[in-house]
Amino acid sequence: MAQENNWVEVCKLEDIPQRGSRRVRTGSLQIAIIRTHEDEVFAIEDKCPHLGGFLSEGIVHGSQVTCPLHNLVIELKTGEAVAPDTGCVKRFAIKKENGNILMDLREAAREAA
Amino acid sequence: MKKKLVVVGNGMAAGHMLEELFDRGNDEYEVTLFGAEPRVNYNRIMLSPVLSGDKTYEEIIIHDDEWYDTHNVKLVKGVKITSVDREAKCVISADGDKTPYDKLIIATGSNPFILPIEGHYLEGVVSYRDLDDVNLMLDASKGKGKAVVIGGGLLGLEAAAGLQEQGMDVTVLHLMPTLMDRQLDSAAAYLLQAEIERRGITVITRANTEKILGEDKVEGVQLDDGTKIEAELVVMAVGIRPNIELAKECGLMINRGILVTDHMQTSDPDILSVGECVEHGSECYGLVAPLYEMAKVIAANLDGDMDAAYKGSVTSTKLKVTGIDLFSIGDFSEDEGREGIILRDAAGGVYKRLVISDNKLVGVVLYGDTQDGNWYSQILKEERDISEMRETLVFGQNFQGGPPLDPTAAVAALPDEAEICGCNGVCKGKIVSTINEKGLTSVDEVKAHTKASASCGTCANLVEQLLSVTLGETYNPDAAKPMCACTTLEHGDVRRLIVAKQLKSIPAVMQELEWSTAWGCAKCRPALNYYLLAEWPGEYVDDNQSRFVNERMHANIQKDGTYSVVPRMWGGVTTAAELRAIADVADKFNIPTVKVTGGQRIDLLGVQKEDLPKVWEDLNSAGMISGHAYAKGLRTVKTCVGKEWCRFGTQDSTGLGIKLEKILWGSWAPAKVKLAVSGCPRNCAEATCKDFGVICVDSGYELHFAGAAGLDIKGTEVLCNVETEDEVVEYCTALIQLYREQGFYLERIYKWAKRVGVEKIQEQIVEDEALRKELARKFYFAQKFLQIDPWREYVEGKDAHEFKPLAPLAEEVV
Repeated sequence: MAQENNWVEVCKLEDIPQRGSRRVRTGSLQIAIIRTHEDEVFAIEDKCPHLGGFLSEGIVHGSQVTCPLHNLVIELKTGEAVAPDTGCVKRFAIKKENGNILMDLREAAREAA
Repeated sequence: MKKKLVVVGNGMAAGHMLEELFDRGNDEYEVTLFGAEPRVNYNRIMLSPVLSGDKTYEEIIIHDDEWYDTHNVKLVKGVKITSVDREAKCVISADGDKTPYDKLIIATGSNPFILPIEGHYLEGVVSYRDLDDVNLMLDASKGKGKAVVIGGGLLGLEAAAGLQEQGMDVTVLHLMPTLMDRQLDSAAAYLLQAEIERRGITVITRANTEKILGEDKVEGVQLDDGTKIEAELVVMAVGIRPNIELAKECGLMINRGILVTDHMQTSDPDILSVGECVEHGSECYGLVAPLYEMAKVIAANLDGDMDAAYKGSVTSTKLKVTGIDLFSIGDFSEDEGREGIILRDAAGGVYKRLVISDNKLVGVVLYGDTQDGNWYSQILKEERDISEMRETLVFGQNFQGGPPLDPTAAVAALPDEAEICGCNGVCKGKIVSTINEKGLTSVDEVKAHTKASASCGTCANLVEQLLSVTLGETYNPDAAKPMCACTTLEHGDVRRLIVAKQLKSIPAVMQELEWSTAWGCAKCRPALNYYLLAEWPGEYVDDNQSRFVNERMHANIQKDGTYSVVPRMWGGVTTAAELRAIADVADKFNIPTVKVTGGQRIDLLGVQKEDLPKVWEDLNSAGMISGHAYAKGLRTVKTCVGKEWCRFGTQDSTGLGIKLEKILWGSWAPAKVKLAVSGCPRNCAEATCKDFGVICVDSGYELHFAGAAGLDIKGTEVLCNVETEDEVVEYCTALIQLYREQGFYLERIYKWAKRVGVEKIQEQIVEDEALRKELARKFYFAQKFLQIDPWREYVEGKDAHEFKPLAPLAEEVV
């Protein structure tokens, strides 16, 4: 099957500050790996749907991140902008295993292609 | 064609259901409403005030005829529906008229329970249920004779108090040993009985009425111990029974009440039921709040929203007798594993009992002081763990750490979910947001838009306080603005409470001040981080994750995600060596733009994020530190060349500017702070549009503050004149410290001055020498922890993760 997953390690959980994020690049695609206060980890395209700001530089609160450029708020669980703003970011599958953060490279590669 | 909705029963439940339905904008139904009473829908809870003469019938009408017209509801008054033909789907009236339905709602309410004793049919025996009963009682009371009320529950006592107000000589007979035994424990009941008796009402408990005496008319009652009590009026208030006659007649499933699902469906899916006639989860309810919750569910379901479901209610009770404050909620029977906390002040007439099980509040009885009723019911409904506040719980909300709040502040501190109007289930958040959205300015408007305080009215004062909290003392809509959507508190309240409650971390603030979100938002977190930093120097640990990216990176983010770097250039003075180092950095890191800023220094624009520490390292080694061009804090001190070079210069403005910058750098403030020092009144450094400005004159220094040249343009205010540089420094640091303590986050000095008053600031800085010196001392103390070059810290490896991107993921070919 050509559509098998290809999980690769991106970093360790402790590499990302709580309520913070790290950026990882694959090809031309920038991905923000965001860790909430509750240690949930989300991966989204590091590009605000508004004017392309780096969401990895935003303030993380609850399961949301606020873009540093113009304060658009993204709900990480859905990738959607919080009303009254609109728009959404791409989300990527991510999993935690023994303190390692894994991403599905095939999915990311498809997006980057 | 519209669907036919037939409602049998025009009480409060039915009325509220229709209101909810119309509020949703639904017009799919042609509504026919049958009411057995020959009148419109009125507020049954307010019958007691009508009886006592505090209100008239007209004042308690909920829906007048016009309302039914407006909403195209066909109201059939005084007609009793006697049967339902479920096959043909129509209801049949006593006269045999048939009305077809697609959906039928049975809202027949309840009947008062009449003790089936001898004489219960006599003239002068009344129940206490509807307006007719009240009118009968009012007629009877005209003779100012004697009345007996059978039943010492909520209704019975309200009736007794009302009749006594009307001048009757009243005796209350109660079967159980204590009054209101379903809502009160014996101690509270004792206090209640004492108060009722003090008003001249006779109370006989353990009174089992055997018969009612009289030929045609009532003459008195006789108890089973032979006691006879004279009376011209006997009110039976011994309880209610769900009115299930109609449901029974047409074969719906019934028990004590009409059995319904969570969607209020009876055993026939096209027949719904709401109100006191309903039995849901083995409970029948006789209070308005649960009925309204049911009504809401039906309206939502009829409107197609099947997610709405009724899950049962925890009810609380208030006695509506003027001057008696009584509140109860939950279960306070004594059981194993239950613990009670009791506060008793018999002389003061205050009794509070909290019943706790498993660290959760399960029951509350308050007598004499019920202002914390809503707070307790919130804790109870949320099943909050109370172990932390157990010791002070019984003293109420005001005593949960910190000094007592006034009632308005207590309301301000309530969380958004706090229920304000128990009858209509309206929470604080809904009221506050409606006030804000619709620009409401009075209790009546709030009542109209939210229904809060529209039923029993006991929460009207809370609504009033909410208005004052939301709109400010003058009910001026601009006066009060919450910090952000996470709280209803204003910046000023938060700053005050941080000090009063000694809150020293962001989670502590959010917990104690009942933030509605976990970890706040991008508006409140930076503000709280600053407030804590300013309040607890040396103690509070700066939370990097609560800082805006620029302050976290110590550089300014640009729209393409690169950064700009501005090294400090003291007083705008540089050297050839510094300029050379800057030029080298620009070459080495391919920095595309080098620009002179408005604050007399050099900006390197377009630096890649991962290069930042290396850029800083090179600048550091040439002796330069961060210019804080990104900071809510001191930015620049602009100077002119002063008397060292200028033929007009009166003092060493450059030297003074450098001195000030060296003292002030690194300090955080509510917003950015820009200074300037001009060597003469020609003012080449443009000191009169700065946050703090100095104009040198022959005799010394003219100090200015509160200027602006950005979003707003504003000339400075003169603070005062001083003679020495040391004085300039003292006044300047004191003023900035005062601003650090009083300013709201993002509020520039000119806005702060406008808010608190220029004179007020002058009084504190100029006239109060002791305060000025203390402020300056506090400023220097804080600086001990703040004058650390952030660039050097990063160069030395602090928070390296901020700059190092993760290793790129290989571009694997799929």
